[in-house]
Amino acid sequence: MDKRLIYLDNNATTKVDEKVVEAMLPYFSQEYANPGGMYDFAGRVGAKIKEAREAVKEFMGANNQKEIYFTGSGSEGANTAIRGFLNATPGKKHIITTKVEHPCVLNTYKDLEKSGHKVTYLGVDADGNINLRELETSVKPETALVSIMAANNETGIIFPYEKIAETVKQINPETKVFVDAVQAAGKIKMDFKNTKVDFAAISGHKFHAPKGIGALYVKGGTLFSPIITGGHQERGKRAGTENTASIIAMGKAAELAIDGLKEELTRVKKLRDKLEQNILKNVFNARLNSSTGNRVPNTTNIGFEYIEGELILLYLNELGICASSGSACTSGSLDPSHVLRAMGVPFTALHGSIRLSLSRYTTEEEIEYTCKVFPEITDKINKLSPFQKELAELKSIKEHHT
Amino acid sequence: MWEYSDKVTDLYKNPKNAGMIEDADAVGEAGSLTCGDMLKLYLKVDENGIIQDAKFQTFGCGSAVASSSILTEMIIGMHIDEARKITNKEIVEELGGLPPEKMHCSVMGHEALESAIANYYGETCISEKKEKVICQCFNVTEKVIKEQIKTNNLKTVEEVTEYTKAGGGCGHCKSAIEAILKEMKREQPTLTKTQQIIKVNKVIEKYISPELRQDSGDIELVDVDGNKIYIKFSGKCSACEKSQLTRNYVEKILKTHISEDIEVILV
Repeated sequence: MDKRLIYLDNNATTKVDEKVVEAMLPYFSQEYANPGGMYDFAGRVGAKIKEAREAVKEFMGANNQKEIYFTGSGSEGANTAIRGFLNATPGKKHIITTKVEHPCVLNTYKDLEKSGHKVTYLGVDADGNINLRELETSVKPETALVSIMAANNETGIIFPYEKIAETVKQINPETKVFVDAVQAAGKIKMDFKNTKVDFAAISGHKFHAPKGIGALYVKGGTLFSPIITGGHQERGKRAGTENTASIIAMGKAAELAIDGLKEELTRVKKLRDKLEQNILKNVFNARLNSSTGNRVPNTTNIGFEYIEGELILLYLNELGICASSGSACTSGSLDPSHVLRAMGVPFTALHGSIRLSLSRYTTEEEIEYTCKVFPEITDKINKLSPFQKELAELKSIKEHHT
Repeated sequence: MWEYSDKVTDLYKNPKNAGMIEDADAVGEAGSLTCGDMLKLYLKVDENGIIQDAKFQTFGCGSAVASSSILTEMIIGMHIDEARKITNKEIVEELGGLPPEKMHCSVMGHEALESAIANYYGETCISEKKEKVICQCFNVTEKVIKEQIKTNNLKTVEEVTEYTKAGGGCGHCKSAIEAILKEMKREQPTLTKTQQIIKVNKVIEKYISPELRQDSGDIELVDVDGNKIYIKFSGKCSACEKSQLTRNYVEKILKTHISEDIEVILV
């Protein structure tokens, strides 16, 4: 039987666009030259990489191609920016970041703390926003780096990184700003040349390019040391033969993403809102884990009180719906989401929080089906819960209000 | 994606005995909402102490629901004192295994059962409040950790986390768990002399004697003194010129099965 597949986990990864696959295919068995070669066969590949760099430059809003470095992943981009910059400026040891960063950033700082760096972790409010005043008072003369994500992977909440960069530079012009833009790429417009941001990392597979390719924006003139040393690739800042097919693929994906931004902000957002509103209306123990305000258009994070997230995911999976939870069990760690905890999501909903993330491939019909089955699934799981009294109370409150 | 056994998958999809018993003779509880999983177990017990019915309500992941479900199936029809002997290991076996990270679900089943039986006998449940809590994140007590180390022969902090969740949150208590492991390892060899002799004899009977008998010889345990084990060869072995080699063999086997620091002395 052909099982239905409704993919609502696009913040984890996305489908590679068929046009992207088409663009990259020749670079495996036909145009397979090492772009460093001194012959036309290599030159052709080199020219395509240049085109791809141009597309990513446009996509990230860089000044010129020299500001774009290809990397192997978002994590590598983040590590290159953070470690590469700190290695190049060994004097200053203070870093400021937030408690809700992606693990690839947070764990890098945890690691750096071991080698004598001091890290300030800024908290967030219930809507997931940091306190700008707290940031201002945290920036010190010895602050080397301020690191903030453009959009949160679990909640979709957008951080005012442009404003944050301005503020930081006013207090300490020497302090550099790194933006983890992985979850913003393809969802909201990036224009780094018109900001004070020094570094920004993106990852191809979040915007319909393949996995294993990313890019790092480095504002012209910013010093950093390579973390992968070797050959002269990427102007000596990232050794290793270019992943030509994937670079070309990401270039194509970037082009398509620029064109797709409008659709994200209209059709995808409409579908997301429909899904969210339906669930909040029809599932009495559902609560939104962020304000509806400033979010990327494809993401929602909903907490289900008194039931557990993994079971919801397993039941969704039975119907072919792919979603994810920031909760304990799925990620292999036992701790509930550090993001939701930092936001103060009540413990009744902390273990039952689900992230649904859409893409331009999501259809109206898929959302309608998901809306239809969600209350059925939660009803089934509610019945298993030992918190019947609490659930009954929630239900009567909800009914009273509608 | 977890690699759940077919049994686990089947049970979280279609759990058996879910719900509550209004007039239950015993109710047991384990876990909590903050910990991320909780199980409430209801028992109906007849005048002969036989569990007539069991139902559960579980807040938790797929394997927590499956563990609860299989537990009710296991105990229905059992005498309550028999049920008391069920370990989390048996729950895991009935489920056809659990991923290591999910072992704590079976432990929760076992704890809820213990709590229900204590409730049945009107025992003041040796509640966790009186116990020393090691893991604050998941409220895991020293008693639970020690029990699991013993039952499942756990050796590392990671294993303790997989079985009890302790240490899986902030990780602050990892050093405390390490200390418990060390302490229990030290406690282990404090067997009485009789226990030591029985233990050594068992290994001799099982692994060494059969080999020696094949060559018409045998071995006799004379004494045990700390890590020194005194033995005597009999039959052909006693006159064998290679008896030193045989001694080496005996020492190797005893080292493997009992302890690395054993010294075998031929008398």
